[in-house]
Amino acid sequence: MSGFEGNIQLVYVLAAALFVLGLHLMNSPATARRGNQVSMTGMVIAGVATLILLIHDGTVTTTGWIVLICGTLIGSAIGLYAARTVQMTAMPQLVSAFNSVGGGAAALVAIYDYINSESHAGGVLGSTTVFTLLDVLIGSVTFSGSIIAAGKLQGWIGGQPIIFKGSRLLNVALAVVAIGTAAFMLTTASLPALFIVVLAALGFGVLMVLPIGGADMPVVISLLNAFTGTAVAMAGFVIGNWALIIAGALVGASGGILTKLMADAMNRSLANIIMGGFGTGDSVVAVGAAADAHVRSIAADDAAIQLAYASKVIIVPGYGLAAAQAQHGVAELAKLLEDRGIEVSYAIHPVAGRMPGHMNVLLAEANVPYPLLKEMEEINPEFARTDVALVIGANDVTNPAARRPGNEISGMPILDVDQAKSIIVVKRSMGHGYAGLENELYFDPKTSMYFADAKKAMAELTAAVKTLVA
Amino acid sequence: MSTALVTDLTIFVLALLVGIEVIGKVPATLHTPLMSATNSIHGIVLAGALLIGLTAHNTVGYILAFVAAVFASANVVGGYVVTERMLKMFRRKAPEQHALETDTALNGHKGLKGILSRAGKARPGDTA
Repeated sequence: MSGFEGNIQLVYVLAAALFVLGLHLMNSPATARRGNQVSMTGMVIAGVATLILLIHDGTVTTTGWIVLICGTLIGSAIGLYAARTVQMTAMPQLVSAFNSVGGGAAALVAIYDYINSESHAGGVLGSTTVFTLLDVLIGSVTFSGSIIAAGKLQGWIGGQPIIFKGSRLLNVALAVVAIGTAAFMLTTASLPALFIVVLAALGFGVLMVLPIGGADMPVVISLLNAFTGTAVAMAGFVIGNWALIIAGALVGASGGILTKLMADAMNRSLANIIMGGFGTGDSVVAVGAAADAHVRSIAADDAAIQLAYASKVIIVPGYGLAAAQAQHGVAELAKLLEDRGIEVSYAIHPVAGRMPGHMNVLLAEANVPYPLLKEMEEINPEFARTDVALVIGANDVTNPAARRPGNEISGMPILDVDQAKSIIVVKRSMGHGYAGLENELYFDPKTSMYFADAKKAMAELTAAVKTLVA
Repeated sequence: MSTALVTDLTIFVLALLVGIEVIGKVPATLHTPLMSATNSIHGIVLAGALLIGLTAHNTVGYILAFVAAVFASANVVGGYVVTERMLKMFRRKAPEQHALETDTALNGHKGLKGILSRAGKARPGDTA
């Protein structure tokens, strides 16, 4: 390493330190924005350092400059457009798309490095080959897997688990081919073999995500996020760049932690989710609601009375709320109740939404102040002194059956909604939740079912409360 | 094992540990912006993409450099912009209904209300 390159590495370390500081500032909503700006500053510094290195080296051809500048401008324009126009409900897709291109770029860096060193004397067999292969493997899986995940979230590909005959066998075969070929390449340099690795890994990524149901998406996105980070770190090993190594490790750690949190919140092991197959995501299975005598249904006026004369209300939002675009309606109803001096807060289960923390962003967008958004551990003790728990589009995470052993959701951490003095559940029908299980909460004598689409229900409730208090 | 490799591995392991320590403290409320922020951080792969340019002197090299640059720059620019957009929405207090009303007044007719609200808006530190 020459003195100049050493100095550039130091600048990269400075950039990486700013990334860490930026992430540290994200430990509170009050400082999070500053954190993002600190991180951005680090990125600008790293970019400038790279540019200086390119200019100083002087080996970039004119065509090379044109290619790099055009590529960066086009990519930036795409990124800017996507970031400006995306709906908050579509955030998981966008994050997936960024995982995809990040992983893809990392794989390309390694592929280029392999091709480039093969054309030089001395060949490609060196200490970095193992990292090149890891980068290509992980980067390719991330690239194709994230595209499928984004497609599922966007509705281009069915949200249900897609399994065809022999798909698992094919997937295992692809994994064996990818890893086997990669192992072969550790001792024998071969460019065609590299392409086999890429293709097999791309195929594996597709088949890995296809069988995973919509409701498992928070785990999948987190996992692919961790993969992208790891791929970028591997790219850092390949080209000997500390900024990539550190940044990649940070993202890998973050993705790993979130994956574990999400899997724990669903009480399922990662292997179980990846092997997939059960659950259908958002589909509503309508069964005869009226026929069931144990369920008490309620009309808007009666629900409004309960809410308007409560002193403490907890709102329990689930993905159904976001799917029905009812977050603004909920916020409006909550505001109305607050204006009457009623204490309103929101109970957010870790997997409410399609990615970690998704529900919080959706409610923040609807102008709900973040201190009202309570995490599960924080809100659970409060249900006992709550007059009305209003459950909107959440199902399995409220099912008391989880406390008993012997069923699909046993042991899953749930919101203690059944402890509230009375419960109103807004739901389109008596359909089962993701786990395909009857929700015992609905049969609780304290529970009233309000059968309606979430958005419509919020409008009706708001109108009813307004009439009541006018 | 070369010294450079040992150094790289050391850096990797330490960065992982720092990552676990720092990210473990981020509240669940911010998990989506966190993932989006880490998303932009892995956009650092743009540096790797640009460095391809150092040795790319043929068509294959140029194509790979181009695609990698498009991917990585979309990642880094989009990531930061959308994270900023999200974090801007997180407020401690709900925006006052009153403020919203005077905003409309300001747009419609420039009465005393509009001027007052404009004066109010200009208060330093309001955006923080």
